[in-house]
Amino acid sequence: MHIVVCIKQVPDSAQIRVHPVTNTIMRQGVPTIINPYDLFAIEEALRLRDKHGGLVTILTMGPPMAEESLRKALTFGADRAVLLTDRFFAGSDTLATSFALATAVKKIGEVFEPVDIVFTGKQTIDGDTAQVGPGIAKRLRLEQLTYVAGVTGLDLAGRTIEVERRAEGGVQALKTSLPCLITMLEGTNEIRRGSMPDALRAARAEIVTWSAKDAGIEDVTRCGLRGSPTVVKRVFAPTPRSEKAKFVEVPKDAAKPGDKGALAEALVESIFAHHPSLEADITTLARGY
Amino acid sequence: MTEKFDAIVVGAGMAGNAATYTMAKRGLKVLQLERGEYPGSKNVQGAILYAAQVEKLIPNFREDAPLERHLIEQRFWMMNENSHTGLHYRSDEFNEEKPNRYTIVRSQFDRWFSKEIQAAGALVLTETTVTELIKDQKGRVIGVRTDRADGEVLADVVVLAEGVNGLLGTRAGLRERPKRENVALAVKEMHFLPRETIEARFNLKGDEGAVIEAAGTISRGMAGMGFIYTNRESISIGLGCLVSDFARVQIAPYELLEGFKKHPSVAPLLEGSEVKEYAGHLIPEGGYRAVPQLCGDGWVVAGDAAQLNNAVHREGSNLALASGQMAGETIAELKANGVAPTARNLGLYKTRLMESFVMKDLKKYKDVPGLLHHNTQNFFLTYPQLVAKAMENFVRVDGTPKLEKEKRTWKDVVSARSLGGIVGDAVKMARAWR
Repeated sequence: MHIVVCIKQVPDSAQIRVHPVTNTIMRQGVPTIINPYDLFAIEEALRLRDKHGGLVTILTMGPPMAEESLRKALTFGADRAVLLTDRFFAGSDTLATSFALATAVKKIGEVFEPVDIVFTGKQTIDGDTAQVGPGIAKRLRLEQLTYVAGVTGLDLAGRTIEVERRAEGGVQALKTSLPCLITMLEGTNEIRRGSMPDALRAARAEIVTWSAKDAGIEDVTRCGLRGSPTVVKRVFAPTPRSEKAKFVEVPKDAAKPGDKGALAEALVESIFAHHPSLEADITTLARGY
Repeated sequence: MTEKFDAIVVGAGMAGNAATYTMAKRGLKVLQLERGEYPGSKNVQGAILYAAQVEKLIPNFREDAPLERHLIEQRFWMMNENSHTGLHYRSDEFNEEKPNRYTIVRSQFDRWFSKEIQAAGALVLTETTVTELIKDQKGRVIGVRTDRADGEVLADVVVLAEGVNGLLGTRAGLRERPKRENVALAVKEMHFLPRETIEARFNLKGDEGAVIEAAGTISRGMAGMGFIYTNRESISIGLGCLVSDFARVQIAPYELLEGFKKHPSVAPLLEGSEVKEYAGHLIPEGGYRAVPQLCGDGWVVAGDAAQLNNAVHREGSNLALASGQMAGETIAELKANGVAPTARNLGLYKTRLMESFVMKDLKKYKDVPGLLHHNTQNFFLTYPQLVAKAMENFVRVDGTPKLEKEKRTWKDVVSARSLGGIVGDAVKMARAWR
């Protein structure tokens, strides 16, 4: 069995700041991580491999530094990593990305082993579109299983797979035929800590690096900015809140040191002093009960 | 199968990086283990980088290392509640082709350093915590155990560059945990401001930078110092005091930092900034007398883990770099000569340290920590206040005859601390400094 997991290196959105004056995203110094949703895809793929045998190939498209994310995925225990990197890919939207990745998956199937399952995370944290996985499935004519919570059965001889899909109002138990594409839901498993031999192997591994041509893409106008009909019209930051956090100093003589109750009381009193309406509001609210 | 390396380096700070780089460059098979997500991710240093020591390892580091500003100005401030008396040294000489000191952001610098290390051929594993040293029956260190599955790795020598707390070495009984009077707890914040604002406030242009080191009532009678470093688009501000003093005075470190930030001399420098990071860390302050055993059968210790920090000159990272490099060179030479890394043979590392500026400087100031620790109140509270009073007396014009003013200053001095006490402190300080 051969599983391909598509991942993306994304800026850690928890650490992105918006420039207070120019309103632009400040990427400088923001660490990059594997898209957190993709970790569930990697773990599910590794579990299937551990149970049924076979290989897991990790695929990503991105700048050369995306190699870091691939190496990390290898540390978890994946068998092979392919980096799709080319200046033609710059500025890709979801249409161009799914085209490039689908072509690369096809090529991986030809160069290495035929692909049985493609995994992706349900979406990325920087784009939030959830379009690339389904886009790949459509282009490769794979059965499509989205928002999957877990693989419950796999019959390699019979070429079928069973999964649980979380949908509104309940859980769907689905069965379909291989090959298929699965987009994994978050919180469904926990990424493992790779063993020392895996970590050493990952540190030494040669990452397979493909240009657009290497991946079998003939028409580069379908890649990158040229192949992307999506236009970003404007980027803006939400208006900052007018009320900022404030330090409230409790008068020194308000409480004895260590007397937490008196301290809390004094604190509440000074908060009320800063917000005269708050006390009235809370009293009104309390009366309602 | 357990893999074996020529050397394993524990930690990817300055000492560990210098050791790994040195050995990898000389063709040794080196594995470096770092518990953080990436080298520098756990680092808290201010930080000032001393170019000379980096140059010894990577001569052209200025070409692509992430450096913030080169320092052209050093300010020393003695502070009381609402004033500071300063000594400023600023020189255009420091606008040289190869500047001498830089401010850096360690998380960025260490990552760059690690790339150089990997290019030199060493294997670097992050997110891997070494939990234990593996010893053979004779007590020789032969490898490490990590928190990963099948996590044992063997090596001829283990370089312990694990940082100030040194849990690994202390757990293995190679040295004691640092005493609380020998370590300072420092807290730091990164304040972001547009670079033009920083340049205007500190009187800088281009990549010029300035440093303020401050002492006095900001430490509320504890032995400690504050610092303000200019980065390109941020200001690092922090303050550290001895752990034993924190325990005595019972002030929370963040309270102290808040006080420093609100000081009328400091607040205008930070106005309008956005705090993005805050962190706390221990700094070795014990000096020469606190340096533990530096090597044994199959192991050496370098950097903060060996308590190599010059508290008087605020130098730590260059001592870490130097000790790491010397450890690396020693191990590589033993390997090249086919000599076993026994305690005796690794003693060459200690000899080198003793003959270098590292131990010579620490030896020079060996009595300073003790003096400051025993006379804390006088050095950090009484004297700064006296200096401030004297300066105010000198500067303020109010119709009082000067002679009377001088008398008043003198009276303040003698009533705050007996003449004998002051002379005694001065003599002790001069002796410790010698």
